[in-house]
Amino acid sequence: MNNLTYTVIFYLFAAITVFSAAFVVFSRNVIYSAFSLLFTFFGVAALYVFLSADFIAVTQVVVYVGGILVLLLFGVMFTKGIMNTELKSDVLHIVPGTLILAAMLSALLYTFYTTHTWKPSVIQLQGSIVERIGYETMSHYVLPFEMVSILLLAALIGAAFLARFDKPDNNNL
Amino acid sequence: MEHLIPIGLNHYLTISAFLFVFGLFAVMTRKNAIVVLMGVELILNAANINFLAFSKYNGGIGGVMFSLFVIVIAAAEAAIALAIVINIFKIFKSVDVSSIDTMKE
Repeated sequence: MNNLTYTVIFYLFAAITVFSAAFVVFSRNVIYSAFSLLFTFFGVAALYVFLSADFIAVTQVVVYVGGILVLLLFGVMFTKGIMNTELKSDVLHIVPGTLILAAMLSALLYTFYTTHTWKPSVIQLQGSIVERIGYETMSHYVLPFEMVSILLLAALIGAAFLARFDKPDNNNL
Repeated sequence: MEHLIPIGLNHYLTISAFLFVFGLFAVMTRKNAIVVLMGVELILNAANINFLAFSKYNGGIGGVMFSLFVIVIAAAEAAIALAIVINIFKIFKSVDVSSIDTMKE
């Protein structure tokens, strides 16, 4: 019974993720897409909890929902008024796009389900992994950690420079 | 029906395949640059699900660390891309990626 409850909750979050992702892509209204992306990110965070990656789930909620989604909404509202009727976004190459979608999906699923049976390891990740992430970050992954912090700093300074509204005259650039 | 009840690796791979093809579809067919960015975020989330699923069933921590770095790179990518989109809007008065065809103001 416990196992069945687990399965039902998993399928619930899987359905939320996949259907809201489909709505992001197939909705013609950009604001609806952005708010549907919220549900996709929450569903993916719930799947991370199922994968016993609780720290990644919290990071997903903080960074994606708190940061990237707000940025995307700012982008939508900067480039079009929110009450604008032109908020619709057109599509192009709809037939080749649909064909590639169907072909890619069927190829991936066929490969996953038919060619091989996965052999899981005897020791799997269990429980909370926050402590292990802390140790790994400060031992094996300390160089990538520092490099990614410098990259993030440079990217944010660059983004702030690019998005400034009143630029000085840049004739000498 | 029996193989659907215990949640295994294939379940996560299926969800990630769906997210990936939806993101790819958005990148290929939508004209609004912001929806294209949303498609890129979907693709990155699909990759993250794969990393964490393989990491869980492998027992290692490598995939978890890699997915953390993917999230950081995604944040940097979203900030830069939206700055570029806002600049494009200031110059072309539109975010239609199919109508942007000049490289000089």
